[in-house]
Amino acid sequence: MKTVYERPKVLTDEYMKYCGGCGHGIINKLIAEIIEEENLAEKAIMIWPIGCSVYADRYFNVDSVCALHGRAPATGTGIKRALEDNLVVVYQGDGDMVSEGMAEIMHAGIRGEKFTVVFVNNAIYGMTGGQMAPTTLMEQKTSTSPQGRSADNAGFPVNMAEIIGSLHGCHYSERVAVNSPANIRKTKEAIRKAFKYQLDGKGLSFVEIVSPCPTGWGVSPVKALDWIGETVLNQYPLGVFKAPKEGE
Amino acid sequence: MNRVTINEEICKECEYCITFCPKKTILKKKDTLNKKGYYPAIAENLEDCIACGICATVCPEAAIKVEKDV
Ligand SMILES: Cc1ncc(C[n+]2csc(CCOP(=O)(O)OP(=O)(O)O)c2C)c(N)n1
Ligand code: SF4
Ligand code: SF4
Ligand code: SF4
Repeated sequence: MKTVYERPKVLTDEYMKYCGGCGHGIINKLIAEIIEEENLAEKAIMIWPIGCSVYADRYFNVDSVCALHGRAPATGTGIKRALEDNLVVVYQGDGDMVSEGMAEIMHAGIRGEKFTVVFVNNAIYGMTGGQMAPTTLMEQKTSTSPQGRSADNAGFPVNMAEIIGSLHGCHYSERVAVNSPANIRKTKEAIRKAFKYQLDGKGLSFVEIVSPCPTGWGVSPVKALDWIGETVLNQYPLGVFKAPKEGE
Repeated sequence: MNRVTINEEICKECEYCITFCPKKTILKKKDTLNKKGYYPAIAENLEDCIACGICATVCPEAAIKVEKDV
């Protein structure tokens, strides 16, 4: 028998607290697979955010820190500057990054910090009960926008992969999604590339991942994946927004 | 015969594996609950399985092991 797939050993046996079908589970798993395949377990330092992934240090057999809400890029800055040979991975949700910690991520990009950001955009605050985030789509119903998001009172969604990609300090920025087997594979390759750029000493590498929150969206997991393909990707198109030039 | 092993105790019944498996005869929901209260996915009719690994790729719990008969 040849093993086609088995659970990466970088993941512990801890029961993950995510809801059924949550994109965090898929993304955590992909990061663990890459760390294992690239033999990075000794080098990796994960910086976890406040949000549903706050317990993820328990799921990984690698060094981890949990940052204050929105401040993972600041924590990452300190750690990466002190330990430049390590692989520092800053993991953030959209509430964490785009409302609470917008200044931190912007300045990390402006300064060209040399770590990787894995940005999980599920267009909502998952952990606290499905409130509207800056990334919530127009007309999207949430617990704090029961009539749907309106521009009058809540403005417009924020496209982080484009914004971060526009900064000189950013080396690589791509948006991917985990809504199908093919897109999950592409997400893995985007994260792998970002890790490689970091290990080559390049500036900020940023991967935005459009991810399902079935509980916050009030739909089944399979419907949540459908909704990403039919609706969410219209606001958040997939693509590379900062591509290193040949040889860079 | 190829082998698909599902850790039923950590499965959360998201149905991603069932939805994306290219063969409709293999994966289905068990009719009894696991300890956490989910109807976990189970694999049967493995003679139809092509060991493509898609079920494992989409599983958020990393609950699926796929082995190819070589
Ligand atoms: C300073 C501070 N303000 C607010 C909160 C409450 N809080 C916890 S998680 C969260 C939002 C998380 O949303 P997101 O970053 O989108 O992550 P998700 O849970 O969706 O993965 C908020 C507002 C907090 N813990 N600390
Ligand atoms: S609330 Fe949403 S983001 Fe949080 S664990 Fe559940 S599905 Fe995932
Ligand atoms: S390996 Fe492929 S064919 Fe076999 S059960 Fe999984 S998805 Fe279906
Ligand atoms: S994908 Fe994983 S968690 Fe979802 S139903 Fe299948 S085995 Fe269970």
